[in-house]
Amino acid sequence: MKKENIKFIQGNEACVEGALYAGLDFFAGYPITPSTEIAELLSYRLPQKGGKFIQMEDEIASMCAIIGASLTGSKVMTATSGPGFSLMQEALGYAVMAEIPCVVVDVQRGGPSTGIPTHVSQGDVNQARWGTHGDHAIVTITASNHQDVFKTTVDAFNISETYRTPVILLYDEVVGHMRERLVVPKKGELPLVQRLRTSVKEGVDYHPYLPREDGRLPMSDFGAVHRYNVTGLFHDMWGFPSDNPDIVHGLLRHLVDKIQNNVNEITRYREYHLKDADIVLVSYGSSARSANHVVVSRRSRGEKLGILELQTLWPFPYDLIREKCANAKYVVVVEMNMGQIMEEVRKAVDRPEKVFLANRIDGSFITPTDIRSILRLIQGKGV
Amino acid sequence: MAVKDYIRERFFPHIWCPGCGHGIVMNSLLRALDDLGMSKNEIVMVSGIGCSARISGYLDFHTLHTLHGRALAFATGVKMSRPELNLIVPMGDGDALAIGGNHFIHAARRNIDLTAIVMNNRIYGMTGGQYSPLSGYGTMATTAPYTNIDHAFDTVELATAAGASFVARSTTYHVQQLTKIINQAILHEGFSVVEVLTQCPTYFGRKNRVGGAVEMMEAYKKNTTSIGSKAKKENPDLIERGIFVQKELPEYCDEYDKVIERAKATLPKE
Ligand SMILES: Cc1ncc(C[n+]2csc(CCOP(=O)(O)OP(=O)(O)O)c2C)c(N)n1
Ligand code: SF4
Ligand SMILES: [Mg+2]
Repeated sequence: MKKENIKFIQGNEACVEGALYAGLDFFAGYPITPSTEIAELLSYRLPQKGGKFIQMEDEIASMCAIIGASLTGSKVMTATSGPGFSLMQEALGYAVMAEIPCVVVDVQRGGPSTGIPTHVSQGDVNQARWGTHGDHAIVTITASNHQDVFKTTVDAFNISETYRTPVILLYDEVVGHMRERLVVPKKGELPLVQRLRTSVKEGVDYHPYLPREDGRLPMSDFGAVHRYNVTGLFHDMWGFPSDNPDIVHGLLRHLVDKIQNNVNEITRYREYHLKDADIVLVSYGSSARSANHVVVSRRSRGEKLGILELQTLWPFPYDLIREKCANAKYVVVVEMNMGQIMEEVRKAVDRPEKVFLANRIDGSFITPTDIRSILRLIQGKGV
Repeated sequence: MAVKDYIRERFFPHIWCPGCGHGIVMNSLLRALDDLGMSKNEIVMVSGIGCSARISGYLDFHTLHTLHGRALAFATGVKMSRPELNLIVPMGDGDALAIGGNHFIHAARRNIDLTAIVMNNRIYGMTGGQYSPLSGYGTMATTAPYTNIDHAFDTVELATAAGASFVARSTTYHVQQLTKIINQAILHEGFSVVEVLTQCPTYFGRKNRVGGAVEMMEAYKKNTTSIGSKAKKENPDLIERGIFVQKELPEYCDEYDKVIERAKATLPKE
């Protein structure tokens, strides 16, 4: 292994490494803690490979700019935190509707509003799901350590190209700012999905919004031989606005089905000691590090704890949760919000009353001690 | 090519009201483009939301119909990643200068090579006649039933102050001039703003009792004059038409190419 491929860096930097590995060409952003390092580092690194970086006038413009750039065939990304993520929601919905591949990083801090800028939270989970208006499906993935940040960033680009959808990378302040080792995989070690482009020849009618049988839509770059319309309005197979009920219904179903029907392909997770676990901890992002610590220490004392670490949060892997928690006496969701993923876990399992929450909502990182005190309560051992 | 060759006939009839000025602007734009002899594949038209923004769908270019106010931000992304493409951005007055005002001044400040055509009908046409930041003090609108107390921007002054390197104004009455100006604006390398006074007889005309399309266009003839004309000196209330600013300034994408050169120079030689 080459020495320069081993790095001791922040999670935000690992995200940058992953994005560059995936072939990022264009980044537009606006500074905000705790995501700023991503913009700073890309302003340095992107032009070195002939890519483009621009600091826009706000996050609305940043989100719009990456969509425009994506349409020319570029791989694109923006990065922000809660307040900026709120501003991006309208354009995020545009990317859903017009099926534009793009990656949006939200390094979560405490909210609502300006909240607690330099402290950790996982409070944007539901915003990632439902922040933009209207029925829709969305992909959101996360990670708890830098190797996985790298990998999920690459995955985000691959998923966004495969399904022509925005993908949200929902990291948190601890993951973003913590320093640890990253080994950058060799070229070719991780698969990269390139954009599916149309094979329709010049002069032949190209239908930019007519899905193939497998649901995929080959694209044509702006500037290439096919000229077509892109809009955020409901549209027909040429991309022209339509309010025909059949077209509206068909398009909405397509937008939702292309994600929901592929939950298994999109789902990423890790599990440790789940097979015989009486107590299953479900966690994600930096919280999963503390949860994991508890599992390892309790296992050494012979207690049957296991952990399911989710990386894909949306579409929510209900079947996976049901299966992995089927034999558990208790399920404890460990997260830094008021139970946003716990609610989904409750919907998934056979007995919702066996699902508990171990959380922290004060801007402090949830520790193994926090989790242990909840476990003591659940197990009836007192406080 | 004939103007017809630039049109997507499949998507007609258009949505505009009889007498609306937006169709005249579209016609003028196509004639300007035809004179330039560009390939349709090199042209990207980006628009926001409004009656004016619908132009993009009807034309046979790469067309991007985006969000209310955000066209210039989308266009910036297209242009930066493919600087060889020609970007034309038709906008409504509300689109460009209310919700999109921030993007407008920043695109001007960067001097990125986009051509913004501000179709100023002094009203929100699409949503049914509310006042816009260009309606002006004393006008009537569905949201100003007791007359408007908001003062209007002067688009030309605003664009100039923000740093646009090409700034011009014309009207739907003066189509010959308008066509020439749009032609020049597209040729210009840098951020170009063309304000077009265009009539919305349905809402501005009716609410302000200024007549139908014909009367409104006649008013453009009567109330405007060439930049610096004798008439303007005699009657300062006349609105000037013509090219106000046309200067060579470093263009944003060209400047970014220099950034790339500087960045590459930092890499170790292989
Ligand atoms: C975020 C958002 N706010 C409001 C609207 C509603 N809206 C659509 S068009 C428009 C104004 C159109 O006026 P203008 O930009 O002057 O264009 P015109 O229709 O007059 O050509 C408004 C307010 C919207 N589409 N999106
Ligand atoms: S409402 Fe006004 S701006 Fe809109 S199409 Fe009708 S006349 Fe034109
Ligand atoms: Mg208007």
